[in-house]
Amino acid sequence: MSAIMRDGVEDLEIGLLLEALFRRYHYDFRSYARASIKRRLVQARDQLGFSSISALQDSLLHEPTTLGRLLGYLTVQVSEMFRDPSYFRALREKVLPHLRTYPSLKVWVAGCSHGEELYSLAILFREEGLEERTIFYATDINPAALQAAEAGVYPLDQVKKFTANHQKSGGRSSLSDYYTADYGRAIFDKSLRSRVVFSDHSLVTDAVFGEMHLISCRNVLIYFDRALQDRAIGLLRDSLARKGFLGLGSKESLRFSAHAAAFLEFSREDKIYQRQDA
Amino acid sequence: MTDASTGAIAIGGSAGAVQALLRLLPTLSADFPAPVLIVVHVPPDRENALVPLFQGKCRLAVKEAEDKEPATPGVAYFAPSDYHLLVEADGTLSLSSDELVNHSRPSIDVLFEAAADAFGPSLTCIVLTGANHDGAQGLKAVAAAGGVALVQDPAGAYAAAMPAAAIEACPEATIMSLDSIAAYLARLEAA
Repeated sequence: MSAIMRDGVEDLEIGLLLEALFRRYHYDFRSYARASIKRRLVQARDQLGFSSISALQDSLLHEPTTLGRLLGYLTVQVSEMFRDPSYFRALREKVLPHLRTYPSLKVWVAGCSHGEELYSLAILFREEGLEERTIFYATDINPAALQAAEAGVYPLDQVKKFTANHQKSGGRSSLSDYYTADYGRAIFDKSLRSRVVFSDHSLVTDAVFGEMHLISCRNVLIYFDRALQDRAIGLLRDSLARKGFLGLGSKESLRFSAHAAAFLEFSREDKIYQRQDA
Repeated sequence: MTDASTGAIAIGGSAGAVQALLRLLPTLSADFPAPVLIVVHVPPDRENALVPLFQGKCRLAVKEAEDKEPATPGVAYFAPSDYHLLVEADGTLSLSSDELVNHSRPSIDVLFEAAADAFGPSLTCIVLTGANHDGAQGLKAVAAAGGVALVQDPAGAYAAAMPAAAIEACPEATIMSLDSIAAYLARLEAA
């Protein structure tokens, strides 16, 4: 069989599997950027020991445990605390002075994965004296990721990087104040999640659930195709209070979005946007 | 906008690759007939230096790749630091912050494998000097999809490990000196 024919079949199998995943379990990856999804599915196929994507699909439809294992491949994203320290410095120095003027605050970490960014924000808000008036929403589509976020336990060997990032972000305390080390793990203080609501939510299929003052949604939109990016950005816009803030990943932009006019570039370098009055 | 018929060039390198690219990219004209997609492993503290360095020395346009941007002939795109660079079937570029591959992000394998899918036989991939084995599996995928696989001669490379690994994984690759690679690209331009 020629390479082209083989690839054509594999692309067909991927389309069918994503359709099956949606129709059977309502996880919708059909409009994700396909190159990255394909890479992850091929990795899942190989590491879970299937001979083809179709064989993986067969197991997905008939074997209850396959869904969770596959979601691990399709959704897990690596992150780190205070990733891109300049983003957190900009929140601290430019955004929080605005948020300080509100008596109560809602902050949404959309696509929280294992919670690194959530804990970063909780620490930032505590350092700046805003934690007490804030409710944090941490959402993801993967229940296993939400469990990990709720546990707040990270490999100790990552904490050196987290600590350096925290310092570069203008941290006013020592990161070691917030965790205890135990058998190679850093267990973050549960008080950091006392004001956090963890919830299953999809930017693809779910709707607005609150009026936020700050939404941090970083390195989530790059996984979507153009049309889905527009849907998600519309949802984020509709979830923001007047003059609420939206933080994106360092290589994400609203420039090409249908909703660009709804936002001001509040801090261009740091990819922080502010909702404009309609 | 490009498509499978216009094809693409993808280049990967690590240690010594900036010097090697300084030999190759400035020879290309502003109307080079394909987009050039480039992954270079760079230490994080020099992450934003590549694009300005090459902009000053190249006739073709040089920029950092942006998510969802169409890959356009006559433009050289560098993968941004800390993101993988991929290509979609419609010829648009996409970025991902997936886990490191071969201890690298961006990874050459990730770019080459995605480009092999998107462009098939109209892709030319080049593995340059480097001290690890990133790009080897990707080059194999490129050759399997009918694309052209070129490797810088390890004997003349600043670091031989990466081209040597590529040759071992992809024996059908053509081994060339940097000068021959430059001449090959010049012929594409003339064609």
